[in-house]
Amino acid sequence: MTSAAASGGLKAWLTSESPDSRIQARLGRWYGGWVSLRGNPLAFSGLAIVVFLLLVALLGPSIVTGSPFDQDLQGRLAPPSAVHWFGTDSLGRDILVRLVYGSRITLTIIFLVSVIVLPVGLVVGTVAGYLGGIVDAVLMRVTDIFLAFPRLVLALAFVAALKPGIDTAIIAISLTTWPPYARLARAETLTIRNTDYIQAARLQGASVARLLWSHVMPLCLPSVIVRLTLDMAGVILTAAGLGFLGLGAQPPAPEWGLMIADGRQYVLDQWWVATIPGIAIFTVSLGFNLLGDGLRDVFDPKGL
Amino acid sequence: MTETPILAVEDLVVRYRGQHRETIALNGISFVLGRERLGIVGESGSGKTTVGRALLRLLPPRTEVTARRLDFAGQDLRALDEAAMRNIRGRRISMVLQDPKFSLNPVMTVGRQIAESYRVHHKASRKEARERALAMLEELSIREPGKVFDLYPHEVSGGMGQRVMIAMMLVPEPALLIADEPTSALDVTVQAQLLTLIDALIRRRGMALLLISHNINLVASFCDRVMVMYAGRVMETCRAADLAEARHPYTRGLLACRPVVDETREELATLARDPRWLEAAEP
Amino acid sequence: MIAIENLSVTFGAGQRQIRAVRGASFAIPRGEIFGLVGESGAGKSTVLRALAGLVRAEGRIEIAGKAMTARRGRTDLRRIQMVFQDPYGSLNPMHMVDRILAEPLAIHRLDDVDRRIGQALAEVGLGREHRFRFPHQLSGGQRQRIAIARALIAGPEILLLDEPTSALDLSIQAEILNLLRRLWRAHGLTMLLVSHDLAVIAHMCQRIAVMNRAEIVEILPVERLRRGEADHPYSRALLAASYETGETANPGRRRAALEQDRVSFNQAPG
Repeated sequence: MTSAAASGGLKAWLTSESPDSRIQARLGRWYGGWVSLRGNPLAFSGLAIVVFLLLVALLGPSIVTGSPFDQDLQGRLAPPSAVHWFGTDSLGRDILVRLVYGSRITLTIIFLVSVIVLPVGLVVGTVAGYLGGIVDAVLMRVTDIFLAFPRLVLALAFVAALKPGIDTAIIAISLTTWPPYARLARAETLTIRNTDYIQAARLQGASVARLLWSHVMPLCLPSVIVRLTLDMAGVILTAAGLGFLGLGAQPPAPEWGLMIADGRQYVLDQWWVATIPGIAIFTVSLGFNLLGDGLRDVFDPKGL
Repeated sequence: MTETPILAVEDLVVRYRGQHRETIALNGISFVLGRERLGIVGESGSGKTTVGRALLRLLPPRTEVTARRLDFAGQDLRALDEAAMRNIRGRRISMVLQDPKFSLNPVMTVGRQIAESYRVHHKASRKEARERALAMLEELSIREPGKVFDLYPHEVSGGMGQRVMIAMMLVPEPALLIADEPTSALDVTVQAQLLTLIDALIRRRGMALLLISHNINLVASFCDRVMVMYAGRVMETCRAADLAEARHPYTRGLLACRPVVDETREELATLARDPRWLEAAEP
Repeated sequence: MIAIENLSVTFGAGQRQIRAVRGASFAIPRGEIFGLVGESGAGKSTVLRALAGLVRAEGRIEIAGKAMTARRGRTDLRRIQMVFQDPYGSLNPMHMVDRILAEPLAIHRLDDVDRRIGQALAEVGLGREHRFRFPHQLSGGQRQRIAIARALIAGPEILLLDEPTSALDLSIQAEILNLLRRLWRAHGLTMLLVSHDLAVIAHMCQRIAVMNRAEIVEILPVERLRRGEADHPYSRALLAASYETGETANPGRRRAALEQDRVSFNQAPG
């Protein structure tokens, strides 16, 4: 789809076999990944959904009018109409507006969980895998301890100890999500450890820190990212579940799980109150799943 | 006496249809094989491995195989359906691969695998098949065949594993043996030994041998004729004895760049690849 | 330059111990190319790794007159570098060539990075067009050249080569061997070359140690090897095998070797 000579030039620049600079090579690689993703329709739809979520969360509140907290008890439980596209809930609040503001909460949860889980898992896994011995044993036992907790149960325990809220929910989810990443990183590290390029780097005099940071962790990144993307669905559902139980976000926050809980009693007659947030959760989970699958294909070593 | 050649191949073309583009693995190969040993030699990417697999129809699904002629003992291989092909594979044309580690079933004793190989293609009782397997092992100079019969693949050495592989492939009494880098995974002292063994077995049975290798020394030593391939084409076919007088520049280049144990050389000759080789057909 | 005495390397412990190298000794003067030949599992790669300090070994290792201990400093490491066998495994797939070559410079805190990288690439016959490529965009021969460039960029005195051309095509092997010879001469390197290919070893090396089953069975100068005058039966077996497969300029040798083999294969071990 090259419309002008300029566009053709950019593509040629990106796909050049002999890049002339670091930037060109790096961008070329990203471009290759993008083409790969684009070629896979399911993965691409997943990406589209995720990007859509991002846009809604970032720009949505500026576009929709009204506040998620504006009550209108006269117009409560109104069906979808021209005025309220997704209807209103039990307190007359516009569901569309709440959905849009709620996407921010969902995004915050996903982002914070990722930011905690990824580094912790990577560091624990790679250090354990590379150093082996007693360090490995200790770290893996710690990992096992956290792995033993069912997510929801730990969340309940946390909430009992601290105040229920989104922050507590995030901490609880993170604590139970990171162990598999440590294991994954450790497994990859065990393989990577024996490769010739690591031996070559050791022979150069690279310190353990450099080896882990420059070599091992970047190599573990693809599988960890794929796993994370696939896990996102689970994280969203857990957060929604906590919200549903009243242990995550607290009213009147427009968190999607909480919205479903609110609409529970009206599900037969005023189906939209509970179903619409449910569809939102489903769609976003599906989007992440599809994206994760697609990324797995993109990260195939032949493509890298 | 003109006997029907075991293999008659004319203008064989193999195309892989990948996701984004098409690769031509074989670009018009022609050769004839009688009751002799033909060595196919080439570097990586020459297409030599594809030849063996194309004959046995063992290529991945998205490949297109066309030929003006593809005959095995007078039979047109292209016209056969999958069931007929299965009868040919192993029974009439056998293939020995590079690494016995990957081609032997790790959970079955080696003797049993040889016996099974026989029973798949001939009606025989288990006892009869066992006898045959033991006879085969003995023919491959394996002492104490009875003991070796009950060993598992991981319990035998590389050289022995290859002998088992050969036993498995020869016990159904095929007419043609395709050996794809049969000794590349083995130690040098075992390599020549194994090839001499294959040589003797083949002669005894009046079989034909297609030896595929990247090692021109090996091929020149053990084959009657040599076919040199490059980029999916045949550059030259000649008798192994006449290899020193090869005419094609690629062949000459390949021969010239070999280091030799008993000669001093300052620099090894290197191969200058002529792009015209990619177009030229065999003279 | 290099001297080892009674070197032994053992892997594993207790019952499942494997002695990869047993009591190996040799001395290599400065500027020599020394060959280590043997079949797979003989222990030759392990000797290299012990010399490089990548595996723990017992016995004495002396480099440039200094005894090596388990812990090696950066200056010691800078002196000795290695090229590995598998061109597909010796480069980090995620690093581009520029980064691969910059790393040794960063570790040894050398400056003038840009110039040094350009020079290293030129020395191995590559150019700027290869500088920002990733390993999968390079051929096997090119990768091996990068591996050599990486080994030489920090200016070592000793180069260890572990089957550097075994995974390469014949024509590429010739190019790489020529390159190594040129670099040897240009930098006055001391090289230790490991291979299972007797022809390669005979071509490159001045003295050769033959290894079998973790032990060095013989050390001989290349002239004697070329004349076929090996002492140890295993060395003779190796020579015979190479003659059989035609790695000889003397057809008579080949015939004799084949005859011998036809006689002996009937008594092959089970």
